[in-house]
Amino acid sequence: MKQGCLFTEKLTVGYDGLPLIHDIEIEVNKGEIVSLIGPNGAGKTTILRSIIQQLPPIYGVVWLDGQQLNQMTGKERAQKLSVVLTERVNPEMMSCQDVVATGRYPYTGTFGILSQKDRDIVRSSMELVHISDLRDRDFNKISDGQKQRVMLARALCQQPDVVVLDEPTSFLDIRYKLEFLTILQEMSRKQNLTVLMSLHELDLAGRISDKIACVRGDRIDRFGTPEEIFTRGYIPQLYHMTTGSYDELTGNLELEPVHQPPNTFVIAGNGTGTRIFRKLQREGNSFVAGILWENDVDYASAKSLAAEVISVPAFHHISNLKVLQAKEYINRCDSVICTLNTSDMVGFAQILNDLVKYAITQDKLTPI
Amino acid sequence: MNIKRYFAAFVILFVLLNIALVMNLCIGSVNIPLSEFYKMANRLPADETYQEIITQIRAPRALAAIILGGAIALSGYLLQTFFHNPIATPFTLGVSSGAKLIVALVMVASLGYKSLLNSWTMIFAAFVGSMLCMGFVILMSKAIRQMAMLIVSGVMIGYICSAVTDFVVTFADDADIVNLHNWSQGSFSGINWENVRVMAIIVVITTICVFLLSKPISAYQMGEAYAQNMGLNVQQFRVIIVILSSILSACVTAFAGPVSFVGIAVPHLVKGLLKTAQPILMIPACFLGGSSFCLFCDLLARTVFAPTELSISTVTAILGAPVVIYILLRRKKEKVG
Repeated sequence: MKQGCLFTEKLTVGYDGLPLIHDIEIEVNKGEIVSLIGPNGAGKTTILRSIIQQLPPIYGVVWLDGQQLNQMTGKERAQKLSVVLTERVNPEMMSCQDVVATGRYPYTGTFGILSQKDRDIVRSSMELVHISDLRDRDFNKISDGQKQRVMLARALCQQPDVVVLDEPTSFLDIRYKLEFLTILQEMSRKQNLTVLMSLHELDLAGRISDKIACVRGDRIDRFGTPEEIFTRGYIPQLYHMTTGSYDELTGNLELEPVHQPPNTFVIAGNGTGTRIFRKLQREGNSFVAGILWENDVDYASAKSLAAEVISVPAFHHISNLKVLQAKEYINRCDSVICTLNTSDMVGFAQILNDLVKYAITQDKLTPI
Repeated sequence: MNIKRYFAAFVILFVLLNIALVMNLCIGSVNIPLSEFYKMANRLPADETYQEIITQIRAPRALAAIILGGAIALSGYLLQTFFHNPIATPFTLGVSSGAKLIVALVMVASLGYKSLLNSWTMIFAAFVGSMLCMGFVILMSKAIRQMAMLIVSGVMIGYICSAVTDFVVTFADDADIVNLHNWSQGSFSGINWENVRVMAIIVVITTICVFLLSKPISAYQMGEAYAQNMGLNVQQFRVIIVILSSILSACVTAFAGPVSFVGIAVPHLVKGLLKTAQPILMIPACFLGGSSFCLFCDLLARTVFAPTELSISTVTAILGAPVVIYILLRRKKEKVG
């Protein structure tokens, strides 16, 4: 038997007996965070719903701590696994504390009356998610982001070994996204909480996940560490991106470049160029960027947005050929922009200063 | 403090129930002075006519209003929980009209065989009718995701069933049909001690079952997906809720005919009083509230245009419908706001 807290074996999922995604083999070890990524409608939610037994799997089994999940009683399962779903909850006249307290359901007696211990756990779960101040607020009258955190507190209050979350960060603003994921990371590190979730934010998925499963078409295309997943060119392929670009290393996301003959030459580098590249793209201008070293911060965005990038490999000298190429483009362009300070273009980068001087002789240097 | 509020709410409901009960027993075509009532309550010698009126006529009727009123409110509460819809009741979903139809058919069919027509047969017929309509409504709810449309279709089913009932009642020409007509309009009149005994057994047992389900109901209020994750067997739970609410509404329909709006108004008012939706409090409070509400309505039905008696639904509709309109308006405002 495989060792792991939660894993699926030949799981095939779908609706009404029609398989949508087959042979899913996801393994989430104790204390690990695993994310599902993939395009909209790929079936991430379907997979999660099948794993948490809300949708009968068409084939295959889900194992939790060596037990088949579908053979556990509801109570046994509830004590081991809790969820945060996208389903909207509209409880009437319930305070946030009441909502969190529903997480104690599998532990309370016949009438569901909370003991002192239950109440302590409710309080500490709310503290953990930083929502103690929402305690007495009506759940229906708080924002979606706050609701999401209440639902996380609820899930933690259930004291599970595994928590399954369906796009938990979708409604959260940037601060709470980070806070939410930090809480999950802390829980997984300190209390060995096992986390399986679907995420839309690739950059966050790549940072928080121990492993990532990519849903593509009718199967899990890749399952592995972020380093294994985010290889060059894979993400545009996974998401069938036809416009714009995504840089796997930096998580840099750019719109489609302007497809016209370039009319501007940008001398950039050291992170000064990216903003200008984006500005030119917004204004509908096509441009050439250069000369950039391939390890320059500006290189990724230049590659995505420029009609042409004149580049040299990292830590290499700029060859005369490249300089000639750059001058050739300057001749063809209407204007030249330099985003670098003259004082920065020394040593290695002296050549860039020569290009600026060349542009001045051509009367093409335009201030930013 | 919440506990104080809950306690106060139950005291209010209890006092209301007692006031209503005493009023129902004392007020009528013959008004019984409170002094006489006090004597009777303490088993002191009292006027025999008064005693007769109370024990033979008013007491069974008042008890029926208490038991059935509680049952209507509770079955409304269960259906509202089931459909996550504040205006779902046996009446609005056409379930009580379905029960009425089957009971009317059984009544007409068995006119020749009076012996068959006891309380149990009536309840069973009403239960069958309720379950048939309930099944139909549930099938529709699968197809119709919009709750407002579900209610509209329920009301339509109700109309169809009522029309067929009227048809049956009109053409079944027999002297006994007068009774049937009164009954099909909804009334607590003509209830005897035997009826009360039967309805008490059924309603009390069912209510205890519902009360024991207060924990799963609280889970179900969080939505089915979360309820399932909390360890609730949702499928099984739904079946149980449907059966329990059908038994309650069947019992009401069998004895008092269809009673409108109590099922919506009472749970809503009680919720406002308690300021919580916890089933463990709502279930007994709904029962008490429904009892008091029906006692007051029956009192009005009997006395306002005495000696002519109004149908119970006439009174409950006048008092209950505004509550429904209020709920709809408030929900609309919440969505906009």
